[in-house]
Amino acid sequence: MPLISTSGLARTFLTGRGPVEAVRGIDLSAERGEILGFLGPNGAGKTTTLRMLTTLLAPTGGTATVAGCDLASDPVGVRAKSGYVAQSGGVDPGIPVREELLTQGRLYRLPKAEAAARAEELAHDLGLSAVLDRPCGALSGGQRRRLDIAMGLTHRPEVLFLDEPTTGLDPGSRADLWELVRRLRDEHGTTVLLTTHYLDEADALCDRIVVIDRGTVAAEGTSSALKLRYGGSLDAGLQETFLAITGRGPASSDTAPVAV
Amino acid sequence: MQALLSDTALIFGRYARQTLQSRFQMLFGVLMPLLYLLFFGPLLTGLPLAPGASSWQVLVPGLLLQLGLFGAAFAGFSIIIEKNLGVVERMRVTPVSRLALLLGRTLRDTALFLFQAVLLVLAAIAMGLRAPLAGVLIGFAFTALLTLSLSCLSYALALRVRTPQEFGPVVNAVTMPSMLLSGLMLPMALAPGWLDLLSHLMPLRYLVDAMRDAYLGRYATAGMLYGTLVATAFLTLALVVGTRVFRRAGA
Repeated sequence: MPLISTSGLARTFLTGRGPVEAVRGIDLSAERGEILGFLGPNGAGKTTTLRMLTTLLAPTGGTATVAGCDLASDPVGVRAKSGYVAQSGGVDPGIPVREELLTQGRLYRLPKAEAAARAEELAHDLGLSAVLDRPCGALSGGQRRRLDIAMGLTHRPEVLFLDEPTTGLDPGSRADLWELVRRLRDEHGTTVLLTTHYLDEADALCDRIVVIDRGTVAAEGTSSALKLRYGGSLDAGLQETFLAITGRGPASSDTAPVAV
Repeated sequence: MQALLSDTALIFGRYARQTLQSRFQMLFGVLMPLLYLLFFGPLLTGLPLAPGASSWQVLVPGLLLQLGLFGAAFAGFSIIIEKNLGVVERMRVTPVSRLALLLGRTLRDTALFLFQAVLLVLAAIAMGLRAPLAGVLIGFAFTALLTLSLSCLSYALALRVRTPQEFGPVVNAVTMPSMLLSGLMLPMALAPGWLDLLSHLMPLRYLVDAMRDAYLGRYATAGMLYGTLVATAFLTLALVVGTRVFRRAGA
């Protein structure tokens, strides 16, 4: 049984200038332990899809299940079994790291002692032990991102959604993060759905790539299958493949994270 | 229910700790009413504002509600900042009770403004206020009810708007007329007929009238009944609106 499965998932926003169809019907599925890459130009509907799959936004069409829970009828179950790390993270810069991790554990209904132990464990796993008592605002970019991910892992979710996890990181921190995602899959069988603008990242990290464009799935498959089919050969660059699929370039100018 | 209570306590604790760390936040709210007490209160001492009452018994209830009005109405600012930091969404993807996200915050605000109300009453006693203890306690209860309701509505509004620039003007447009039309500074009994009539449309007026009765030791009055009814109805309305906004996703 797939851990993530959507069928015709859609979201239309009603704005002053008429309806905007941000997501027009997405079908996708991910198996246990799969790392699925979500690729697409800015505004393609990646974040909107993630926000629907994490119960933040109600779909206006279609259905989805996450970790066996139906999105519409059991949002509480979805929340309990999945983790979400947004582009903007979501920690208060004035609060110490330990307190944020502890509160997060309690939000996931862990008893106090267990939440404290889990905070230590996460800090140890993600290399944050030395900064536990510093305010979140004092962390480096890489540490901040690892903290964001630690927050999403607090309850050992079966499914983890990462929205542009490596945007703004230096190459070393980026490699560390890839390692971390692979470790999650290898050690815990976590299913990971991540969005990215970096083609090399999708190539190196993801088992399968879903390219979305203008709110629908434009192509999907392994990186080599996509290259072969859209780029013409296995040696085709993912950049040309991406261009062939979407008819335009991947995000070029704005790689800065956008507030959600 | 159990989950709602423990979630509310958790959220309350988070924001109470934040407040306790900031002396500025703890004391700033009391500054404006305190200035009125010090520099406006003495102007009233010789005036016959209400039969058988000192001017302090008339002014202090108004200042307490002013404290609650201006403090709680702006409470939503903090959630706009948290929304931009991603904190609100990060909490919303956890199983935490949606209502607790609201109640934890409003209870922190209520505790904060009650603390400031006590400071204000102590200062007023030093300035010359004399009122029965029961009346003063009833006054705190009304302050708490107003704070709860207003901060609830303030968070609901703040969750719906995108920027502080949209939030501030709306709140100002509500608070200033509320203060003037409810007779917080001077009793509406002094007003010409049309103004008095207009002020009866302002819910806050009933609270301040009831509190003034309480400060005079008159507990079984029509004013007390109306005040209690209006305060309770307002709180119910605020909780309904607040709950609806916090339950709905996509905020």
